[in-house]
Amino acid sequence: MKIHEYQAKALFREAGIPVPEGRVATAADAAGAAFRELGVGLAVVKAQIHAGGRGKGGGVKLVRSADEARTAAAGMLGKPLITHQTGPQGQVVKTVLVEAGSEIAHEYYVGITVDRSRGQPVLMASAQGGMDIETVARETPHLILREAVDPEAGLRAWQSRRLAYALELPASAVRLATDIFQRLVRLFLDKDASLVEVNPLVTTKAGGVLALDGKINFDGNALFRHPEIVALRDLDEEDPREVAAAAAGLSYIALEGSIGCLVNGAGLAMGTMDTIQRAGGSPANFLDVGGGASAQQVSSAFKIILSDRNVRAILVNIFGGIMKCDVIAEGIIAAARETDLRVPLVVRLEGTNVKQGRALLEGSGLKTILASDLADAAAKAVKAAGAAA
Amino acid sequence: MSIWVDGRTRVVTQGLTGHTGLFHTQQALEYGTRVVAGVTPGKGGTQAAGVPIFDTVAQAVAETGANASVIYVPPPFAADAILEAAGAGLPLVVCITEGIPVVDMLRVKRALAGGRTRLIGPNCPGIITPGECKIGIMPGYIHKPGRIGVLSRSGTLTYEAVWQLTSLGLGQSTCVGIGGDPVNGTNFIDVLSAFEDDAGTDAVVMIGEIGGTAEEEAAAFIRDHMSKPVAAFIAGSTAPPGKRMGHAGAIISGGSGTAADKIAALKAVGVSMADTPAGIGAAMKARLERDGLLAAAAG
Repeated sequence: MKIHEYQAKALFREAGIPVPEGRVATAADAAGAAFRELGVGLAVVKAQIHAGGRGKGGGVKLVRSADEARTAAAGMLGKPLITHQTGPQGQVVKTVLVEAGSEIAHEYYVGITVDRSRGQPVLMASAQGGMDIETVARETPHLILREAVDPEAGLRAWQSRRLAYALELPASAVRLATDIFQRLVRLFLDKDASLVEVNPLVTTKAGGVLALDGKINFDGNALFRHPEIVALRDLDEEDPREVAAAAAGLSYIALEGSIGCLVNGAGLAMGTMDTIQRAGGSPANFLDVGGGASAQQVSSAFKIILSDRNVRAILVNIFGGIMKCDVIAEGIIAAARETDLRVPLVVRLEGTNVKQGRALLEGSGLKTILASDLADAAAKAVKAAGAAA
Repeated sequence: MSIWVDGRTRVVTQGLTGHTGLFHTQQALEYGTRVVAGVTPGKGGTQAAGVPIFDTVAQAVAETGANASVIYVPPPFAADAILEAAGAGLPLVVCITEGIPVVDMLRVKRALAGGRTRLIGPNCPGIITPGECKIGIMPGYIHKPGRIGVLSRSGTLTYEAVWQLTSLGLGQSTCVGIGGDPVNGTNFIDVLSAFEDDAGTDAVVMIGEIGGTAEEEAAAFIRDHMSKPVAAFIAGSTAPPGKRMGHAGAIISGGSGTAADKIAALKAVGVSMADTPAGIGAAMKARLERDGLLAAAAG
């Protein structure tokens, strides 16, 4: 789960990590008032959307008066901001953060995530802050320092010092920075984050150290023990079909193609998408109904797939193990009737009770196209989608 | 012959009295697995599915001689269940539970490091030695005893592959699902290494997916240590970056973890790649034919 920068910074502040003074505004006038309240000569107006690349997209503006703050906010609020992460339609800005400007001495990068190959959290830091860290990682990987984190103890004080000296922080900033590194790691562990990123962390000319930006992603599996994090969720930033799918216990990702997919199991669902592509088509979605889907869930899955107007055909691929094919067939038949299905439906069933499942579909009067195996199913779906287009 | 489980394996089910645990324990018993005990705190002294229930894993081990555990405990309590099984000295723990917080698994991984317990999973279908021992949620009937080792990060995609192998007359020595989470107990290399050392395994089918670098690391291991032929499929060629495809581990991030990278790494070390999941069985068969191993494997 993702949150906004201003929410991440509130969590930083709570965790004792210094951030610039700031105010949130949802109207242009409030942004002007926020500038006055801050009582500074220079501020930054930052559009609050989940996607990255806001600066290049025009979502970050330096302002020197309340008037400029109001104008900058008016230029962002209620309008779509397009970045390399939002897609061509952009994401509408509802909130801006007005933040006191800082006199930056140097910019650093700090990020914490899970190193999967070692099964450990890792803190990464670089003196090449402010830049696209993925470029740094690709072109000059030796400039990214890493410290493995003990998931119980957190980042040890000596590790934190080792980092600070290796980053060649000014002597006056070492103590502040080591404290920040340790607090960021503690925040990562305590809040079940999957990513905590500060880019940049800056030293200021006044001798301070500040988190100038903040990004936190959370582990969806751990939200059950963090109601305070769930409360920060902004559903406007998520695809409504993905939200509906999650509520129905399904895993759904909208894609750009024309063949709707309904599959049991994430790996098989990805494999089905790959097979469609190989056969010359393109999948409209990823949809995993899970291991023990009910007829009700199958019906919900159909409705979600059909709410995508690009869908020209549906491919159902079920390998019944624990899930029985006859149960799936009943779900398909009920859903097709409920939703007044108008696009071709290709069904491939295999596994437990497959004969009963196929018999049910054949006897249902539904115009189902039965497929014998996965390759056959993909070929038939591609053909059907082409004919329906 | 097989790896890690066989007809002598004595299984304790943690969370046996829950809906999922009970169903799959019954399925395992029907398959012929020796499920000797169940554990549910507070239900010690009772029975379920004809199996005695204990309050703790330690009691179950002391009373029944169980030497492997399978876990069907809900996510908030699953990490503790794994540690309890390890604390009772069990050499093998298979965790089926999906949705365990990553931080919990990081702590489990740290606690198990250097110990004698092998953890398979979590979020996995389990492990099966066909005809001998089924631990997990895979449908038993699609398997056939034989000489192909199967390892996978995915559940139903494994069934797809196994079913194709069985349909082609290629039985399996052992099938291991290592699970789709970013932090798990047993990785591809552990399983590849065990198959390489197993006299009952002639060749290996490996099924990977986008996300992480486990397949690239497996490729390096295959190059340096595997003499047996390997066929593979990587799911997710068409998955967009930054989107989590169901499995917590299946995400392309920062341009790494793509299917193309993984496929290239495996091809470079001589692994036979299937273009689609529909061709996994055929890829293995063609490779065995090429290496002159088909008659033995199909025997």
